[in-house]
Amino acid sequence: MGEIRLMKGNEALAESMIRSGCDAYFGYPITPQSEVLEYLSNEDPMKRTGMVVLQAESEVAAINMVHGAGGCGKRVMTTSSSPGISLMQEAISYMASAEVPCLIANVMRGGPGLGTIQPSQGDYFQATKGGGHGDYHLIVLAPSTVQEMVNHVRDGFELAEKYRTPVFILADGAIGQMMEKVELFDQIPRKTDAELPQEWATTGRGSRKMRNFITSLNIQPEKMEVINHHLQEKYRTIEKNETRFETYKIEDADYIFTGFGLGARICKKAADMAREKGFKVGVIRPITLYPFPTAVYQKYAGKLKGILDVEMNSGQMVEDVRLAVGDKTRVEFYGRMGGMIPAPDEILEHFEKIFIK
Amino acid sequence: MTEEVIFAGFGGQGVLSMGKILAYAGMMEGKEVCWMPSYGPEMRGGTANCNVIVSDEPIVSPIISSYDTVVALNQPSLDKFESKVKKGGTLIYETSTITVPPTRKDINIIPISANQAAIELNNQKVFNMIVLGAFLAVRKTITDEGVEKGLKKALPERHHKLIPLNMTAFQKGKEFAK
Repeated sequence: MGEIRLMKGNEALAESMIRSGCDAYFGYPITPQSEVLEYLSNEDPMKRTGMVVLQAESEVAAINMVHGAGGCGKRVMTTSSSPGISLMQEAISYMASAEVPCLIANVMRGGPGLGTIQPSQGDYFQATKGGGHGDYHLIVLAPSTVQEMVNHVRDGFELAEKYRTPVFILADGAIGQMMEKVELFDQIPRKTDAELPQEWATTGRGSRKMRNFITSLNIQPEKMEVINHHLQEKYRTIEKNETRFETYKIEDADYIFTGFGLGARICKKAADMAREKGFKVGVIRPITLYPFPTAVYQKYAGKLKGILDVEMNSGQMVEDVRLAVGDKTRVEFYGRMGGMIPAPDEILEHFEKIFIK
Repeated sequence: MTEEVIFAGFGGQGVLSMGKILAYAGMMEGKEVCWMPSYGPEMRGGTANCNVIVSDEPIVSPIISSYDTVVALNQPSLDKFESKVKKGGTLIYETSTITVPPTRKDINIIPISANQAAIELNNQKVFNMIVLGAFLAVRKTITDEGVEKGLKKALPERHHKLIPLNMTAFQKGKEFAK
């Protein structure tokens, strides 16, 4: 068993970053994820593993530093919250195109605009449907516990390097701020220079015939289309291999509550409360939001009386749920916005109002 | 056993720390714990609260609709959370800051004077440990040893010399519930 600690989600994410053998973190503070930079500064990762921690002058600078260091084949990460993530979108699109691996975490707050510092899930569309310009996807992981903040960092780095793509952790302010018991894994050593990906990373020309070159600019449309086809092929492979989800009390269920991250945990509580009243309710929780676990919804849709999708937004993931199930079952939505969190009894009340009465 | 409690009061009363010590203590006793703070534009003198869940089972949701226990340390907190106590649950409130006392008849109401006790101990900073003592005397979630271990985890080492004083305050708080 690994070391057990009581940690805030943001601190757990930061500790996991160090233990994952991360080479560099570039960030800029913003509530509700400022503890990441605070924790890293206190921990002195340079001393622990030689990891660089740098507070950039802005989010735009931070993500471009990630682009540069990631292009050198290093394991790099940045974190921010909603408005800061919007500032980063240009470079994220560049990295998706140039196939630069990196890890980005968004600890979402209520928007649009500068909005509020309270938790929200309003950035689902931004995270899963592009965010920046052009045809690209990020692998999007949605943690629902502090333990998953730890695990998703380690897994995120691995996925990023396996597929040469930016990976995104989509958390929210509540998961960032709350403390839970976590089990930490042992330190993974940072890669040595010899272990860097020589075939593409800009590690110096050395004995290569040609220098490696990282760019997202391919001015000839014929070549750009080839790159697009290659990216799309990669996304199909990711969809085939990396889809993750969790189900809860689903086998005998007449109804499904579904949501992601914190919302899914509230759904589980609401499902328990519904079962006490005699309604057979289960929960589906997508862990990867891209690739979306379409198949699990399709598997159960035919025998359900309905699905209630619950999110801390005006209804974003529900579009993917509806696409998955088509007209096989009724899909309804309940959400709170602007930093408000739905309570379990609220969900139950809406469920009964919509499906039972 | 699952205890779902909210500590609510003024910023500066040590509300968040109190919850943290309870969470650490629960962890030291091998229980599942979750600590969720209000982290809005809080400030000294404004309202602050945190809810803590301590359980023998994995914690399903950190967001809950009603509480086994509400600890209200000022009037706005009492007004906001009195209705959120589960039927048959417990409401602990501080008498010195609450002018309109609770009125519900279906819950266990315990007034405490932790402020006065802190003055008697000549240390306003241990106010929250007195409250925690009162809470744990009523809701026997954690042992005294667990609390001491939790304090050791929650406090940085340079403050460990203050643990005996904190435990004295904790014991004083326990007397309220007698």
